[in-house]
Amino acid sequence: MASMIEMQHIEKYYGAFHALKNINLTVAKGEKIVLCGPSGSGKSTLIRCINHLETIKSGEIVVAGHRLNDSQKAVDAVRREVGMVFQQFNLFPHKTVLENCILAPMRVRKLSRSEAEATARKYLERVRIGDQAEKYPAQLSGGQQQRVAIARALCMEPKAMLFDEPTSALDPEMVKEVLDTMVSLARDGMTMICVTHEMGFARQVADRVIFMADGQIVEENDPESFFSAPKHERTRAFLGEILAHH
Amino acid sequence: MGIQEFTYLLQGLAWTLFLTAIGFAGGIFFGLVVALMRVSPSAWLRVPAICWIGLFQGTPLLMQLFVAYFGLPLIGFDLPAWGAVSVALTAHASAFLGEIWRGAIQAVPKGQSEAAQALGLHGVSRMFDVVLPQAFKLSLPATVGFLVQLLKGTSLAAIVGFIELARAGTIVSNQIYRPLLVFGVVGAMYFAMCWPLSLWGRTLERRMAAGQAK
Repeated sequence: MASMIEMQHIEKYYGAFHALKNINLTVAKGEKIVLCGPSGSGKSTLIRCINHLETIKSGEIVVAGHRLNDSQKAVDAVRREVGMVFQQFNLFPHKTVLENCILAPMRVRKLSRSEAEATARKYLERVRIGDQAEKYPAQLSGGQQQRVAIARALCMEPKAMLFDEPTSALDPEMVKEVLDTMVSLARDGMTMICVTHEMGFARQVADRVIFMADGQIVEENDPESFFSAPKHERTRAFLGEILAHH
Repeated sequence: MGIQEFTYLLQGLAWTLFLTAIGFAGGIFFGLVVALMRVSPSAWLRVPAICWIGLFQGTPLLMQLFVAYFGLPLIGFDLPAWGAVSVALTAHASAFLGEIWRGAIQAVPKGQSEAAQALGLHGVSRMFDVVLPQAFKLSLPATVGFLVQLLKGTSLAAIVGFIELARAGTIVSNQIYRPLLVFGVVGAMYFAMCWPLSLWGRTLERRMAAGQAK
Protein backbone atom coordinates (compact mmCIF):
# COMPACT_ATOMS: atom_id res chain seq x y z
CA MET A 1 0.00 0.00 0.00
CA ALA A 2 1.22 3.46 -0.89
CA SER A 3 1.62 5.81 2.04
CA MET A 4 -0.57 8.91 2.17
CA ILE A 5 1.08 10.69 5.07
CA GLU A 6 4.63 10.20 6.26
CA MET A 7 6.11 11.91 9.29
CA GLN A 8 9.72 11.32 10.20
CA HIS A 9 11.68 12.46 13.23
CA ILE A 10 9.34 15.36 13.96
CA GLU A 11 10.48 17.73 16.69
CA LYS A 12 8.27 20.62 17.74
CA TYR A 13 8.75 23.25 20.44
CA TYR A 14 6.56 26.00 21.89
CA GLY A 15 9.27 28.24 23.30
CA ALA A 16 11.11 25.98 25.73
CA PHE A 17 8.27 23.44 25.84
CA HIS A 18 9.08 20.29 23.87
CA ALA A 19 5.68 19.56 22.32
CA LEU A 20 6.53 16.74 19.93
CA LYS A 21 9.47 14.39 20.49
CA ASN A 22 10.78 12.35 17.60
CA ILE A 23 7.41 11.50 16.06
CA ASN A 24 7.45 8.85 13.35
CA LEU A 25 4.16 8.01 11.74
CA THR A 26 3.25 6.53 8.40
CA VAL A 27 -0.38 6.44 7.33
CA ALA A 28 -1.26 4.25 4.37
CA LYS A 29 -3.77 5.26 1.73
CA GLY A 30 -7.24 4.47 3.06
CA GLU A 31 -6.01 3.84 6.57
CA LYS A 32 -7.95 5.14 9.59
CA ILE A 33 -5.96 6.19 12.62
CA VAL A 34 -7.35 7.17 15.99
CA LEU A 35 -5.05 9.31 18.13
CA CYS A 36 -5.75 9.48 21.82
CA GLY A 37 -4.00 10.56 24.96
CA PRO A 38 -4.29 12.95 27.88
CA SER A 39 -4.71 16.66 27.17
CA GLY A 40 -1.42 18.36 26.46
CA SER A 41 0.06 15.15 25.08
CA GLY A 42 0.57 16.68 21.64
CA LYS A 43 -2.07 14.86 19.61
CA SER A 44 -3.73 18.00 18.25
CA THR A 45 -0.33 19.56 17.63
CA LEU A 46 0.66 16.49 15.67
CA ILE A 47 -2.22 16.64 13.22
CA ARG A 48 -1.95 20.43 12.94
CA CYS A 49 1.62 19.97 11.74
CA ILE A 50 0.39 17.85 8.84
CA ASN A 51 -1.36 20.79 7.15
CA HIS A 52 1.15 23.34 8.42
CA LEU A 53 -1.10 25.10 10.92
CA GLU A 54 1.88 24.50 13.17
CA THR A 55 5.48 24.68 12.02
CA ILE A 56 7.99 22.05 13.08
CA LYS A 57 11.55 22.55 14.21
CA SER A 58 12.93 19.56 12.40
CA GLY A 59 11.85 16.40 10.68
CA GLU A 60 10.13 15.57 7.44
CA ILE A 61 6.48 15.47 6.44
CA VAL A 62 5.31 14.12 3.09
CA VAL A 63 1.63 14.25 2.21
CA ALA A 64 0.33 12.53 -0.94
CA GLY A 65 3.78 12.85 -2.45
CA HIS A 66 4.22 16.53 -1.58
CA ARG A 67 7.16 17.25 0.70
CA LEU A 68 6.10 19.91 3.21
CA ASN A 69 8.42 22.84 3.80
CA ASP A 70 7.89 26.50 4.58
CA SER A 71 7.38 27.54 0.95
CA GLN A 72 3.86 28.69 0.16
CA LYS A 73 3.82 26.40 -2.85
CA ALA A 74 4.44 23.28 -0.77
CA VAL A 75 1.96 24.37 1.88
CA ASP A 76 -0.70 25.01 -0.79
CA ALA A 77 -0.10 21.64 -2.39
CA VAL A 78 -0.51 19.84 0.93
CA ARG A 79 -3.60 21.79 1.96
CA ARG A 80 -5.28 20.95 -1.33
CA GLU A 81 -4.99 17.25 -0.46
CA VAL A 82 -5.93 17.39 3.21
CA GLY A 83 -9.19 18.48 4.80
CA MET A 84 -9.55 19.39 8.45
CA VAL A 85 -12.41 19.40 10.92
CA PHE A 86 -12.05 21.37 14.15
CA GLN A 87 -13.39 20.95 17.66
CA GLN A 88 -15.14 24.35 17.50
CA PHE A 89 -16.44 23.74 13.91
CA ASN A 90 -15.04 27.14 12.79
CA LEU A 91 -17.77 27.67 10.22
CA PHE A 92 -17.84 31.19 8.80
CA PRO A 93 -20.76 32.75 10.71
CA HIS A 94 -21.45 35.51 8.16
CA LYS A 95 -21.94 33.04 5.33
CA THR A 96 -24.75 30.57 4.72
CA VAL A 97 -24.07 26.84 4.82
CA LEU A 98 -23.86 26.78 1.03
CA GLU A 99 -21.54 29.80 0.90
CA ASN A 100 -19.30 28.16 3.51
CA CYS A 101 -19.00 25.17 1.22
CA ILE A 102 -18.34 26.96 -2.09
CA LEU A 103 -15.83 29.61 -0.94
CA ALA A 104 -12.66 27.52 -1.06
CA PRO A 105 -13.57 25.51 -4.18
CA MET A 106 -14.16 28.80 -6.04
CA ARG A 107 -11.10 30.61 -4.69
CA VAL A 108 -8.62 27.74 -4.57
CA ARG A 109 -9.83 25.25 -7.15
CA LYS A 110 -11.17 28.04 -9.39
CA LEU A 111 -14.50 26.31 -9.94
CA SER A 112 -17.39 28.36 -11.31
CA ARG A 113 -20.17 29.16 -8.86
CA SER A 114 -22.52 26.62 -10.43
CA GLU A 115 -19.90 23.86 -10.37
CA ALA A 116 -19.03 24.66 -6.76
CA GLU A 117 -22.70 24.71 -5.77
CA ALA A 118 -23.31 21.35 -7.42
CA THR A 119 -20.38 19.86 -5.50
CA ALA A 120 -21.50 21.51 -2.28
CA ARG A 121 -25.07 20.21 -2.59
CA LYS A 122 -23.74 16.72 -3.26
CA TYR A 123 -21.67 16.69 -0.07
CA LEU A 124 -24.35 18.42 2.00
CA GLU A 125 -26.76 15.64 0.93
CA ARG A 126 -24.10 13.16 1.86
CA VAL A 127 -23.88 14.47 5.45
CA ARG A 128 -27.71 14.56 5.39
CA ILE A 129 -28.07 18.29 5.73
CA GLY A 130 -28.99 19.28 2.17
CA ASP A 131 -32.22 20.95 3.25
CA GLN A 132 -30.34 23.47 5.44
CA ALA A 133 -28.13 24.91 2.70
CA GLU A 134 -29.58 28.43 2.84
CA LYS A 135 -29.36 28.78 6.63
CA TYR A 136 -26.65 30.50 8.65
CA PRO A 137 -24.48 28.38 10.97
CA ALA A 138 -25.97 29.98 14.11
CA GLN A 139 -29.39 28.64 13.08
CA LEU A 140 -28.15 25.05 13.24
CA SER A 141 -27.49 22.72 16.16
CA GLY A 142 -23.90 21.86 17.08
CA GLY A 143 -24.14 18.45 15.47
CA GLN A 144 -25.50 19.96 12.26
CA GLN A 145 -22.75 22.59 12.25
CA GLN A 146 -20.07 19.95 12.59
CA ARG A 147 -21.58 17.96 9.72
CA VAL A 148 -21.53 21.12 7.60
CA ALA A 149 -17.86 21.55 8.55
CA ILE A 150 -17.21 18.01 7.34
CA ALA A 151 -19.06 18.73 4.09
CA ARG A 152 -17.11 21.97 3.65
CA ALA A 153 -13.84 20.08 3.91
CA LEU A 154 -15.07 17.36 1.53
CA CYS A 155 -15.98 19.98 -1.10
CA MET A 156 -12.25 20.41 -1.72
CA GLU A 157 -12.22 16.67 -2.56
CA PRO A 158 -9.29 15.92 -0.23
CA LYS A 159 -7.38 12.65 -0.23
CA ALA A 160 -7.13 12.62 3.55
CA MET A 161 -9.10 14.10 6.44
CA LEU A 162 -7.86 15.29 9.81
CA PHE A 163 -10.32 15.42 12.70
CA ASP A 164 -9.32 17.43 15.77
CA GLU A 165 -11.63 16.30 18.59
CA PRO A 166 -14.70 16.71 16.35
CA THR A 167 -17.21 15.69 19.02
CA SER A 168 -15.70 17.24 22.16
CA ALA A 169 -17.66 20.48 21.94
CA LEU A 170 -20.98 18.76 21.24
CA ASP A 171 -23.89 18.04 23.51
CA PRO A 172 -24.03 14.28 24.16
CA GLU A 173 -27.16 13.72 22.07
CA MET A 174 -25.44 15.14 19.00
CA VAL A 175 -22.26 13.10 19.16
CA LYS A 176 -23.79 10.13 17.38
CA GLU A 177 -24.89 11.97 14.23
CA VAL A 178 -21.35 13.29 13.73
CA LEU A 179 -19.74 9.91 14.45
CA ASP A 180 -22.16 8.24 12.00
CA THR A 181 -21.05 10.69 9.33
CA MET A 182 -17.42 9.91 10.08
CA VAL A 183 -18.09 6.16 10.00
CA SER A 184 -19.73 6.42 6.60
CA LEU A 185 -16.78 8.47 5.37
CA ALA A 186 -14.44 5.77 6.67
CA ARG A 187 -16.48 3.07 4.91
CA ASP A 188 -15.99 4.93 1.63
CA GLY A 189 -12.25 4.50 1.98
CA MET A 190 -11.18 7.98 3.09
CA THR A 191 -7.77 8.20 4.75
CA MET A 192 -8.45 9.59 8.21
CA ILE A 193 -6.57 10.68 11.29
CA CYS A 194 -8.92 11.36 14.19
CA VAL A 195 -7.98 12.86 17.50
CA THR A 196 -10.83 11.62 19.66
CA HIS A 197 -11.72 9.94 22.90
CA GLU A 198 -14.69 8.16 21.35
CA MET A 199 -13.48 4.65 21.94
CA GLY A 200 -16.58 3.11 20.38
CA PHE A 201 -15.69 4.89 17.15
CA ALA A 202 -12.09 3.70 17.47
CA ARG A 203 -13.21 0.07 17.81
CA GLN A 204 -15.62 0.40 14.93
CA VAL A 205 -13.43 2.00 12.24
CA ALA A 206 -9.80 2.40 13.30
CA ASP A 207 -7.12 0.31 11.67
CA ARG A 208 -4.71 1.50 14.34
CA VAL A 209 -5.09 3.28 17.65
CA ILE A 210 -2.16 5.42 18.73
CA PHE A 211 -1.66 6.55 22.31
CA MET A 212 0.39 9.67 22.98
CA ALA A 213 1.74 11.16 26.18
CA ASP A 214 4.22 13.98 26.78
CA GLY A 215 4.73 14.60 23.08
CA GLN A 216 5.66 11.01 22.29
CA ILE A 217 3.93 8.07 20.71
CA VAL A 218 3.78 5.63 23.62
CA GLU A 219 1.91 2.76 22.10
CA GLU A 220 0.12 1.79 18.91
CA ASN A 221 -1.86 -1.26 18.00
CA ASP A 222 -4.98 -2.51 16.26
CA PRO A 223 -8.04 -1.52 18.31
CA GLU A 224 -8.77 -5.04 19.53
CA SER A 225 -5.32 -5.55 21.08
CA PHE A 226 -5.08 -1.91 22.12
CA PHE A 227 -8.17 -2.07 24.29
CA SER A 228 -7.93 -5.65 25.52
CA ALA A 229 -4.20 -5.81 26.15
CA PRO A 230 -2.59 -2.39 26.50
CA LYS A 231 1.13 -2.91 26.99
CA HIS A 232 2.23 0.33 28.56
CA GLU A 233 1.41 1.39 32.12
CA ARG A 234 0.38 4.91 31.00
CA THR A 235 -1.97 3.49 28.40
CA ARG A 236 -3.65 1.31 31.01
CA ALA A 237 -4.05 4.28 33.35
CA PHE A 238 -5.50 6.41 30.53
CA LEU A 239 -7.93 3.75 29.38
CA GLY A 240 -8.98 3.17 32.96
CA GLU A 241 -9.77 6.87 33.28
CA ILE A 242 -11.84 7.28 30.15
CA LEU A 243 -13.56 3.90 30.13
CA ALA A 244 -14.64 4.32 33.75
CA HIS A 245 -17.25 6.79 32.50
CA HIS A 246 -18.67 4.70 29.70
CA MET B 1 -33.16 85.77 13.78
CA GLY B 2 -34.58 86.15 10.28
CA ILE B 3 -34.81 83.75 7.39
CA GLN B 4 -31.58 85.15 5.96
CA GLU B 5 -29.57 84.32 9.07
CA PHE B 6 -31.15 80.91 9.32
CA THR B 7 -30.26 80.17 5.70
CA TYR B 8 -26.70 81.19 6.47
CA LEU B 9 -26.60 78.68 9.31
CA LEU B 10 -27.97 76.00 6.99
CA GLN B 11 -25.15 76.69 4.55
CA GLY B 12 -22.72 76.19 7.43
CA LEU B 13 -24.52 72.98 8.25
CA ALA B 14 -24.10 71.78 4.68
CA TRP B 15 -20.34 72.39 4.92
CA THR B 16 -20.21 70.51 8.21
CA LEU B 17 -21.91 67.53 6.58
CA PHE B 18 -19.63 67.82 3.57
CA LEU B 19 -16.47 67.85 5.71
CA THR B 20 -17.74 64.94 7.77
CA ALA B 21 -18.55 62.95 4.65
CA ILE B 22 -15.12 63.59 3.12
CA GLY B 23 -13.30 62.85 6.36
CA PHE B 24 -15.30 59.69 6.89
CA ALA B 25 -15.05 58.42 3.31
CA GLY B 26 -11.31 59.12 3.20
CA GLY B 27 -10.96 57.70 6.68
CA ILE B 28 -12.68 54.47 5.65
CA PHE B 29 -10.37 53.94 2.72
CA PHE B 30 -7.08 54.94 4.35
CA GLY B 31 -8.18 53.53 7.71
CA LEU B 32 -8.56 50.12 6.07
CA VAL B 33 -5.04 50.49 4.66
CA VAL B 34 -3.72 51.48 8.10
CA ALA B 35 -5.55 48.58 9.81
CA LEU B 36 -4.23 46.03 7.30
CA MET B 37 -0.68 47.38 7.64
CA ARG B 38 -1.06 47.33 11.43
CA VAL B 39 -1.88 43.60 11.52
CA SER B 40 0.68 42.65 8.87
CA PRO B 41 3.34 40.13 9.89
CA SER B 42 5.94 42.37 8.19
CA ALA B 43 7.52 44.99 10.44
CA TRP B 44 8.08 47.22 7.37
CA LEU B 45 4.31 47.67 7.12
CA ARG B 46 3.42 47.36 10.78
CA VAL B 47 5.81 49.95 12.26
CA PRO B 48 4.78 52.86 9.98
CA ALA B 49 1.13 52.11 10.81
CA ILE B 50 1.90 52.13 14.54
CA CYS B 51 3.67 55.50 14.15
CA TRP B 52 0.83 56.94 12.07
CA ILE B 53 -1.78 55.90 14.65
CA GLY B 54 0.37 57.17 17.52
CA LEU B 55 0.98 60.50 15.81
CA PHE B 56 -2.68 61.30 15.15
CA GLN B 57 -4.03 59.87 18.38
CA GLY B 58 -1.35 61.67 20.37
CA THR B 59 -1.87 65.19 19.02
CA PRO B 60 -4.93 67.45 19.09
CA LEU B 61 -7.10 67.60 15.98
CA LEU B 62 -6.77 71.38 16.17
CA MET B 63 -3.01 71.12 15.71
CA GLN B 64 -3.45 68.67 12.84
CA LEU B 65 -5.74 71.21 11.13
CA PHE B 66 -3.14 73.97 11.62
CA VAL B 67 -0.38 71.84 10.18
CA ALA B 68 -2.48 70.91 7.15
CA TYR B 69 -3.66 74.47 6.56
CA PHE B 70 -0.38 76.33 7.09
CA GLY B 71 2.11 73.51 6.57
CA LEU B 72 0.97 71.95 3.29
CA PRO B 73 1.38 75.21 1.29
CA LEU B 74 4.94 75.49 2.66
CA ILE B 75 5.89 72.18 1.05
CA GLY B 76 4.27 73.15 -2.23
CA PHE B 77 0.67 71.91 -1.91
CA ASP B 78 -1.43 74.97 -2.42
CA LEU B 79 -4.84 73.72 -1.39
CA PRO B 80 -8.06 75.66 -0.83
CA ALA B 81 -9.17 75.78 2.82
CA TRP B 82 -11.67 72.96 2.42
CA GLY B 83 -8.96 70.85 0.75
CA ALA B 84 -6.51 71.34 3.61
CA VAL B 85 -9.21 70.64 6.18
CA SER B 86 -10.25 67.52 4.26
CA VAL B 87 -6.68 66.23 4.22
CA ALA B 88 -6.37 66.76 7.97
CA LEU B 89 -9.72 65.14 8.76
CA THR B 90 -8.99 62.20 6.48
CA ALA B 91 -5.61 61.59 8.07
CA HIS B 92 -7.13 61.97 11.52
CA ALA B 93 -9.98 59.57 10.74
CA SER B 94 -7.66 57.03 9.09
CA ALA B 95 -5.62 56.75 12.29
CA PHE B 96 -8.62 56.34 14.58
CA LEU B 97 -10.58 54.02 12.29
CA GLY B 98 -7.38 52.06 11.58
CA GLU B 99 -6.94 51.45 15.29
CA ILE B 100 -10.62 50.56 15.81
CA TRP B 101 -10.48 48.05 12.96
CA ARG B 102 -7.12 46.66 14.09
CA GLY B 103 -8.81 45.73 17.34
CA ALA B 104 -11.80 44.26 15.52
CA ILE B 105 -9.62 42.20 13.16
CA GLN B 106 -7.74 40.78 16.13
CA ALA B 107 -11.02 40.08 17.95
CA VAL B 108 -12.17 37.67 15.23
CA PRO B 109 -11.52 34.20 16.68
CA LYS B 110 -8.27 32.61 15.54
CA GLY B 111 -10.17 29.49 14.51
CA GLN B 112 -11.71 31.45 11.64
CA SER B 113 -8.45 32.15 9.91
CA GLU B 114 -7.18 28.65 10.76
CA ALA B 115 -10.22 27.13 9.07
CA ALA B 116 -9.58 29.36 6.06
CA GLN B 117 -5.93 28.30 5.99
CA ALA B 118 -6.84 24.62 6.29
CA LEU B 119 -9.09 25.08 3.25
CA GLY B 120 -6.11 26.48 1.36
CA LEU B 121 -7.37 30.07 1.16
CA HIS B 122 -4.61 32.64 0.69
CA GLY B 123 -3.98 35.82 2.66
CA VAL B 124 -6.13 38.13 0.54
CA SER B 125 -9.15 35.85 0.42
CA ARG B 126 -8.69 34.97 4.09
CA MET B 127 -8.78 38.65 5.00
CA PHE B 128 -11.51 39.88 2.64
CA ASP B 129 -13.81 36.82 2.54
CA VAL B 130 -13.49 35.60 6.11
CA VAL B 131 -11.94 38.00 8.63
CA LEU B 132 -12.91 41.52 7.50
CA PRO B 133 -16.68 40.97 7.16
CA GLN B 134 -16.75 39.68 10.74
CA ALA B 135 -14.40 42.40 11.99
CA PHE B 136 -16.52 45.05 10.29
CA LYS B 137 -19.58 43.85 12.13
CA LEU B 138 -17.74 43.78 15.44
CA SER B 139 -16.43 47.30 14.87
CA LEU B 140 -19.74 48.91 13.88
CA PRO B 141 -20.65 50.43 17.27
CA ALA B 142 -17.17 51.92 17.72
CA THR B 143 -17.10 53.09 14.11
CA VAL B 144 -20.43 54.88 14.48
CA GLY B 145 -19.17 56.38 17.74
CA PHE B 146 -16.16 57.76 15.93
CA LEU B 147 -18.38 59.17 13.17
CA VAL B 148 -20.13 61.25 15.86
CA GLN B 149 -16.75 62.44 17.18
CA LEU B 150 -15.66 63.38 13.69
CA LEU B 151 -18.84 65.31 12.97
CA LYS B 152 -18.36 67.37 16.09
CA GLY B 153 -14.63 67.64 15.38
CA THR B 154 -15.31 69.46 12.11
CA SER B 155 -16.26 72.51 14.23
CA LEU B 156 -12.52 72.97 14.80
CA ALA B 157 -12.16 73.85 11.11
CA ALA B 158 -13.59 77.22 12.15
CA ILE B 159 -10.18 78.04 13.59
CA VAL B 160 -8.58 78.24 10.14
CA GLY B 161 -11.38 80.50 8.96
CA PHE B 162 -13.55 77.83 7.45
CA ILE B 163 -17.24 78.70 7.61
CA GLU B 164 -18.93 75.52 8.74
CA LEU B 165 -21.80 75.37 11.19
CA ALA B 166 -19.99 76.56 14.33
CA ARG B 167 -18.26 79.42 12.52
CA ALA B 168 -21.50 80.43 10.79
CA GLY B 169 -23.06 80.56 14.25
CA THR B 170 -20.33 82.91 15.51
CA ILE B 171 -20.80 85.22 12.54
CA VAL B 172 -24.60 85.36 12.82
CA SER B 173 -24.34 85.87 16.56
CA ASN B 174 -22.01 88.83 16.05
CA GLN B 175 -24.44 90.33 13.56
CA ILE B 176 -27.65 90.12 15.53
CA TYR B 177 -26.32 90.17 19.13
CA ARG B 178 -28.42 87.19 20.19
CA PRO B 179 -25.72 84.66 21.13
CA LEU B 180 -27.98 82.52 23.29
CA LEU B 181 -30.59 82.11 20.57
CA VAL B 182 -28.08 81.57 17.76
CA PHE B 183 -25.90 79.07 19.61
CA GLY B 184 -29.04 77.39 20.89
CA VAL B 185 -30.10 76.80 17.28
CA VAL B 186 -26.58 75.72 16.28
CA GLY B 187 -26.43 73.33 19.21
CA ALA B 188 -29.83 71.91 18.30
CA MET B 189 -28.60 71.29 14.75
CA TYR B 190 -25.52 69.37 15.98
CA PHE B 191 -27.71 67.45 18.36
CA ALA B 192 -30.18 66.57 15.61
CA MET B 193 -27.33 65.03 13.63
CA CYS B 194 -25.38 63.35 16.41
CA TRP B 195 -28.12 61.97 18.61
CA PRO B 196 -29.71 59.65 16.01
CA LEU B 197 -26.22 58.38 15.14
CA SER B 198 -25.49 57.69 18.81
CA LEU B 199 -28.81 55.91 19.18
CA TRP B 200 -28.06 53.84 16.13
CA GLY B 201 -24.64 52.95 17.55
CA ARG B 202 -26.22 51.90 20.82
CA THR B 203 -28.80 49.76 19.02
CA LEU B 204 -26.04 48.02 17.09
CA GLU B 205 -24.16 47.39 20.31
CA ARG B 206 -27.20 45.95 22.05
CA ARG B 207 -28.02 43.75 19.11
CA MET B 208 -24.45 42.48 19.10
CA ALA B 209 -24.44 41.86 22.84
CA ALA B 210 -27.58 39.79 22.38
CA GLY B 211 -25.47 37.61 20.11
CA GLN B 212 -27.68 37.97 17.08
CA ALA B 213 -26.16 36.20 14.11
CA LYS B 214 -26.56 37.47 10.56
